Amino acid sequence: MASFQLSIVTPAETVLDEEVESIIVPGAKGYLGVLANHAPLITPLQPGKMTIRKPGDSHETIMAIAGGFLEVANNVATVLADATEYPKQIDRQRAEEALRRARERIKASEPDIDIGRAMTSAERAKNRMHILDQYT
Amino acid sequence: MPSLRDIKRRIRSVKSTQQITKAMEMVAAAKLRKAQTRAEKARPYADKMKQILANLSSSVDAGDGNVMHPYFQKRDVKKTTLVLITSDRGLCGSFNANLIRRAARFLEHYSTETAELMTVGKRGAVWYRKRPYPIISSHVDFGGNMDFDRSRDIARELTDRFENGETDEIYVLYQRFVSTARQEITLERYLPIEPEAVTEDESARQIDYIFEPDPVAIFDDLMPRYAMTMLQTAMAESFAAEHAARMMAMGAATRSAGDMIDSLTLEYNKARQSAITKELLDIVGGAEALAKS
Repeated sequence: MASFQLSIVTPAETVLDEEVESIIVPGAKGYLGVLANHAPLITPLQPGKMTIRKPGDSHETIMAIAGGFLEVANNVATVLADATEYPKQIDRQRAEEALRRARERIKASEPDIDIGRAMTSAERAKNRMHILDQYT
Repeated sequence: MPSLRDIKRRIRSVKSTQQITKAMEMVAAAKLRKAQTRAEKARPYADKMKQILANLSSSVDAGDGNVMHPYFQKRDVKKTTLVLITSDRGLCGSFNANLIRRAARFLEHYSTETAELMTVGKRGAVWYRKRPYPIISSHVDFGGNMDFDRSRDIARELTDRFENGETDEIYVLYQRFVSTARQEITLERYLPIEPEAVTEDESARQIDYIFEPDPVAIFDDLMPRYAMTMLQTAMAESFAAEHAARMMAMGAATRSAGDMIDSLTLEYNKARQSAITKELLDIVGGAEALAKS
């Protein structure tokens, strides 16, 4: 199967930079798959699950992504992620803690609290826990 | 001529100073390594982001003089904000002095009405606290480390200010890390963003993207992240540069302390020798006087 270059970078590090066969990412309007020779595309990503298929590897690689961007051009896919984790890297306690805090902030709904931001962090925490439950 | 005891005391005092500067040099070296790795690891993200923005630059213009995102909006400049990134701590040579001098030169072109400051790092804050230019906010105590949450808040404060029209252009002044021996004072325009200036690469191909869902939504998502990344990059560079400057300054201090100890030791030995000679002369003189009588 034809492959293409995928690089996943976060503000902290380069997570992955290698040839892959396909990826499935949580786009702004739902999950979308990218194969080799995809048309140039740019889309925001939501918190969700990223599925990567590498050549010669029968298992899919699963990653939690906290949001970011996908850009595809010239057979190179770039994921600018806010943060990524492999299932085994997820810290359940931290995710639960974050979810609890976010819910409190949403409930308090004081004027100086940014609801949108609290919602996003709740989404991220839920996503982490969900992926942890599913893949470990 | 100082007494032997005095010289000895001075040697001891210089030696203890040397120990401190030596220790500080080593601490700075360790911190530099960490800060440098961190800055280097963060670079691909910033580069990719710039690249994407460069690829998108042809899409910025929405026609009729409008732009796709407020960060590109050029206005008549009534208010200019200077973000001055200094270190929290001193003892890093001319690191902060050079920055402050450059800031003064920048501010010369503005009055206290048309310019305002935001300071990151204690040194700049302390310097401008008693000077007439208004400080919109001051962020201190980073301990020479990058803090993503705080830099996000700072970026947000700046972009909000720009979007609300409280300021019309924002510049960032910081020391860029070039190498351990070299830091470079860098003044960059932060907002509004000139899409053409994002990349030096003239040949950046204009790619005909599919925007999912649409360009406005993409820019809305992309630009705050871009603004945050640019600030984080500047801060990460500054922290690495700070540690490098401190390492060099402390290395130089350690060396001059060594020189000082050498010359003091020489002086001490000379004094000791002349004391011995004097004593010998006394003894010989005394013995001669005795022999004569």
